[in-house]
Amino acid sequence: MSERRIRVLVAKPGLDGHDRGAKTVASVLRDHGMEVIYTGLHKTPAMIAEIALQEDVDVVGLSILSGAHMELFPRVRQELVDRGLDNVLMVGGGIIPGDDMQVLEKDGFAKLFGPGTNTDSIAEYIQTEISKRWAAEEAQA
Amino acid sequence: MTETKPISVPQGRQAWEAALEGGKLRDSEFTSLSGSTLEVVYGPEDACGDPAEDLGWPGQFPFTRGVHPSMYRGRLWTMRQFAGFGTARETNERFKFLLDHGQTGLSVAFDFPTLMGRDGDDEMCRGEVGQVGVAISSIADMEQLFEGIPMDEVSTSMTINGPAPVLLAFYIACAERRGLDPAVLRGTVQNDILKEYQAQHAWLVPPEPALRMITDVMEYCAEHVPKWNTISISGYHIREAGSTAAQELAFTLANGLEYVRRGIERGMDVDSFAPRLSFFFDSHLDFFEEIAKFRAARRIWARKLREEFGAKDPRSWMLRFHTQTAGVSLTAQQPENNIVRTAYEALAAVLGGTQSLHTNSMDETLSLPTEKAVKIALRTQQIIAEETEVVHVADPLGGSYYVEALTDKMEREAEAYFDEIERRGGVVPSIDSGYFQKEIHDSALSYQRAVESGRKKVVGVNCYSEGEESLEIELHRIRPEVEAEALKGLASLRADRNAPRATAALDEIRTACNSTANLLEAFITAAHADCTLGEISQVLRDEFGDYIEPKIL
Repeated sequence: MSERRIRVLVAKPGLDGHDRGAKTVASVLRDHGMEVIYTGLHKTPAMIAEIALQEDVDVVGLSILSGAHMELFPRVRQELVDRGLDNVLMVGGGIIPGDDMQVLEKDGFAKLFGPGTNTDSIAEYIQTEISKRWAAEEAQA
Repeated sequence: MTETKPISVPQGRQAWEAALEGGKLRDSEFTSLSGSTLEVVYGPEDACGDPAEDLGWPGQFPFTRGVHPSMYRGRLWTMRQFAGFGTARETNERFKFLLDHGQTGLSVAFDFPTLMGRDGDDEMCRGEVGQVGVAISSIADMEQLFEGIPMDEVSTSMTINGPAPVLLAFYIACAERRGLDPAVLRGTVQNDILKEYQAQHAWLVPPEPALRMITDVMEYCAEHVPKWNTISISGYHIREAGSTAAQELAFTLANGLEYVRRGIERGMDVDSFAPRLSFFFDSHLDFFEEIAKFRAARRIWARKLREEFGAKDPRSWMLRFHTQTAGVSLTAQQPENNIVRTAYEALAAVLGGTQSLHTNSMDETLSLPTEKAVKIALRTQQIIAEETEVVHVADPLGGSYYVEALTDKMEREAEAYFDEIERRGGVVPSIDSGYFQKEIHDSALSYQRAVESGRKKVVGVNCYSEGEESLEIELHRIRPEVEAEALKGLASLRADRNAPRATAALDEIRTACNSTANLLEAFITAAHADCTLGEISQVLRDEFGDYIEPKIL
């Protein structure tokens, strides 16, 4: 079972073209041994959820710098739930005011990362969370 | 009394090297922000250029020392704060606020729907209307944006690319409705599509038709809007996406040279359009590296235009540029420190001879800036202009061994990139293959690694941090009603306009797409017919297709 690799979808919802952060995080997660799929730019919530379903990912990470996070993040969450992907670990980052982060973290997002976050800490966070989930799954099985 | 005899330069150098040997150093490696290794000190042998050929005097070829003979003694740079949010009416108020506080030019920030050529009522735009800029979908919005602002007196910069020719058409048509001759309009439209594919990613159609529209703008404006800067060839976004200073310089100039080639291929005289090309660079925290970049940019452009393209008008040789301080250098942690970072960056831009400047506000890593933060940013420029006295002397760092050596190095590095791009078939093929995108990504990643390993320090992030900080600055919020208001405006525009006239104007664009007609002319007609940005863009997508980005990851 040690062969099982964490599958992550890094996604850019909406019209925002800023992808420096998304690509950096995608590369770092790959360096940490994860399978990373990057959606490319300008994706709708439905498109993102569809890719998440097809790629059978464990984690969806959204990156946004357009200010539209309060609209788009919950919609991505809903599209995932609609496809039965409630168990996917949802994280995100970008230019998001602290108050909004708190709201989103109460609303299905496990964690949001702001500017200046150490990228290794993102990888470590995902590894820890997914290990917990996998351990729970195994215990149930 | 003992007499001290001066030692010769080589003797001095020997003695200095001996003294240096074995000395204790804080680190094993000392590099520029872009990662180049730096010497302890620079001397005459490092700045090896010929002063007459490589420097000249301010206002003289190759303009290394600036584009004007007296530089800021004649006229200060234009203080131009990029602004836009919410509805046209709100941004109009912010513009008037900035003009009242001594700003001397306007700069429009558009929201993502506008940048992507979509109307606010497009399904793709939910939640994005008016967020990071102002929503402008029609001539009616443009009229509201400039309500009470004299378009014949103020110079306006519009940061728009994919649909730039359409927004320029709205602006021209708006002036015409006021009875102004477009020939009096002064300003800039960014209209630099190449760097969109490379870095910023707000495109509309694939490169070739996009370049055709840009050439249409150059051609139309040369005749009808002669004071308008038709392209602001931008390194800013390339740098912000993660490039080094040398990559910013090289890719930007390579793009600029590509536009010049396109104009010449169209059959235009280079001197009829080159003087209206302007540039836009980033000013980052490595003070001397940035100044060297600005100086090298002027020298390379002058040489290329005169020697490669045979331009005869000195205005074609002159690289004039706008600067924005580096958004990426700002931190969300201890945000007040951003005022200090911005001040150093602004000073580098001024000492590098910029023609206009935007200084970022301290709160921009968190949201759009508040009025207070914007005012401090503007005051930062005013303090440089009025209090530091640096503005009296042109190119004050010219002749510094260090700055001259860095300027030469920047030029060499840019030339090496030009050769590499040429080897790859030119700018457009290098975009198609993802070359620029990969180079920028690699630089971004290695910078991130340098910060995270502690090799590069960022105050408040990886040193002098204060743990979990509660943020105590006020944030600017976009009113939630903005989207509904924009939608209402669009609905009433569509209901009130002369529908057959609008349809005919869109058909005219469709026909123009498939002929050699000038598209900007067709866009102006459509603007007068109250066609919307989204409708015009849809015709362009139908005729020219969508752009699919190459995968680099």
